Amino acid sequence: MPFKIYVCVKHVPDSAANITILDKTRIEEKITFIINPFDENAIEEAVQLRSKVGDAEVVAVTIGKPAAVETLRSAMAMGADRGIHVVTGDPPDSIATARALKAAILADGAPDIIFTGKGSIDSEGFQTMFRLGAALGVPAANNVASFRLEGRTATVESELEAGGRAVIRMPLPCVIGAGKALNKPRYPILPDIMKARKKPIRTVPMESLDIGTPPASVQLIELRPFSDRRQAKLIPGPVEKAVEELVRLLREEAKVI
Amino acid sequence: MPRIGVFIETREGRIKPAMSGVITAARGPNHELYGLVLDGRAADYKAQLQAFGIHRIVDVASPTGPLGWNPDTWARAIALAMREFGLEALFGLTSAMGKEVLPRIAAILDAPLLMDCLRVDVEKRTAEKSQFSGKTTGVFKLNGAHCLYGMRPNVIEAIPAPTEAKIDAFQAPVTEGALIVEALRLEASRGVDLTEAEIIISGGRAMQNGDNFRILRECAEVLGASVGASRVAVDAGWVPHSMQVGQTGKTVSPKLYIACGISGSVQHFAGMKTSGVIVAINTDPKAVMMQHCDYGIAGDLFEVVPILTRQLKASLNHG
Ligand SMILES: Cc1cc2nc3c(=O)[nH]c(=O)nc-3n(C[C@H](O)[C@H](O)[C@H](O)COP(=O)(O)OP(=O)(O)OC[C@H]3O[C@@H](n4cnc5c(N)ncnc54)[C@H](O)[C@@H]3O)c2cc1C
Repeated sequence: MPFKIYVCVKHVPDSAANITILDKTRIEEKITFIINPFDENAIEEAVQLRSKVGDAEVVAVTIGKPAAVETLRSAMAMGADRGIHVVTGDPPDSIATARALKAAILADGAPDIIFTGKGSIDSEGFQTMFRLGAALGVPAANNVASFRLEGRTATVESELEAGGRAVIRMPLPCVIGAGKALNKPRYPILPDIMKARKKPIRTVPMESLDIGTPPASVQLIELRPFSDRRQAKLIPGPVEKAVEELVRLLREEAKVI
Repeated sequence: MPRIGVFIETREGRIKPAMSGVITAARGPNHELYGLVLDGRAADYKAQLQAFGIHRIVDVASPTGPLGWNPDTWARAIALAMREFGLEALFGLTSAMGKEVLPRIAAILDAPLLMDCLRVDVEKRTAEKSQFSGKTTGVFKLNGAHCLYGMRPNVIEAIPAPTEAKIDAFQAPVTEGALIVEALRLEASRGVDLTEAEIIISGGRAMQNGDNFRILRECAEVLGASVGASRVAVDAGWVPHSMQVGQTGKTVSPKLYIACGISGSVQHFAGMKTSGVIVAINTDPKAVMMQHCDYGIAGDLFEVVPILTRQLKASLNHG
């Protein structure tokens, strides 16, 4: 039985893309989408772990619209062996997402370890990895900056406030949320991208998964453009005078110092 | 009378300053507010918590004493306390600690959770947060038996609401499970975390190297500020990733954000656009940061910042 490494990845709008709100809750999707940046750290760690373990397989899993297949291809170009695409319509909340990830992973195999990114840059929910761990009944650590596996015990450093870290030990299987400090994701080269096109992807309709009836939900009811009400005031004059005026404004007008 | 809980974050025997705004956000017509304290020092915090409207302080511990830091046991203990006291909602901070504890509680209770909230309506069970790198604001409805809200630090102004608080002890029958905290490495940690800082001064590519950040630290010392950075400064290895503000760094919302030699990329703005007052110091008056700030000085940061430090020192000494 090969050691099974699953990596959960998400297809997200590029942070530089213009976001246009179409109706109350949908955005124009004819923009550039990318693999969620933290998920690249997750894939990188998984691929490195595979070479250490030897007889191991890396499976990328995504829940998303048909176009999310591109993100699976990115994950496979970085080295994942194959992909599972749970196809949805409107994005499910993190409660349904975690349940769908669990169902899709268990239908595929028994995970030895699961990697995710520490958060997604589009919705920034910061919770799917914990819900997945709880649903599977396994421990989870997030914002992981270092990872080591000895036998069936994972030791990670999880980032705390102000640069501090907690050293956490967990038995396998477990869920690991990758942070930026974990590694430097490889940049796939053309042959990797070509090879990824031939790697297998299993497509699973969301409706076909048994996710039960979640007792709770978080529902998007309206999206509004962010409005910046700031009026930039450029302070003219020689530096010494300009700084004097700035200090006065911060004190008397803005009252923040 | 809705019973609303607040997970009180503390550090070294003090309530974190950003908590007062969170308690303010949790208040509402006839809400009964429960402050959950886990560091074993509930009695020390009574005066401060009741000044902001907490009615009951719950001293959460294990049967053998205070729970040492372990996000998994803390989450299980808080989930039990929520059931014990019939709390229908829980507020906390979207800080490093809140990000470890709140989602774990939500996962245990199978409850809805919205992190990084900018505003909450407890009665309607709706909350707002940034989406898509801060380019939009989403309004969400939470459905479930308990609703959890992680507030973005410093977005709600703290307003006192004095009352008289009573302390309840709650012994949660929890022990360390599969997740073991072996050690805490705090040697590298300095001062207040960026996410909770009330004033931040940040440097970008223009800093040229790590040593030059000393100029910002000197100014920060005078202001009681924390020092942040753009991704360029982090990727170049000048400062650690824990100092990065932005999309792939930290989301901050201080009263005052001073951006020095930072152009104002979408990704940097994503992490600081809800700051109270933004000051830009940049040689290029057309830089995006200069156009989307409150106050800008067009100039060389190596000249401007030391003058700012000197003038602040003088003015704060005489103020
Ligand atoms: C997926 C993704 C995620 C990202 N995440 C982040 C993130 O989390 N945080 C982040 O910051 N960036 C992030 N970026 C990078 C971002 O796109 C920008 O490249 C970065 O923010 C630019 O940093 P900067 O402003 O320091 O440098 P620059 O854009 O090079 O700006 C330097 C500025 O300094 C000014 N300047 C030069 N010399 C001086 C001087 N002597 N005195 C005063 N001003 C001077 C210049 O006029 C210029 O405006 C991300 C990018 C991507 C693609």
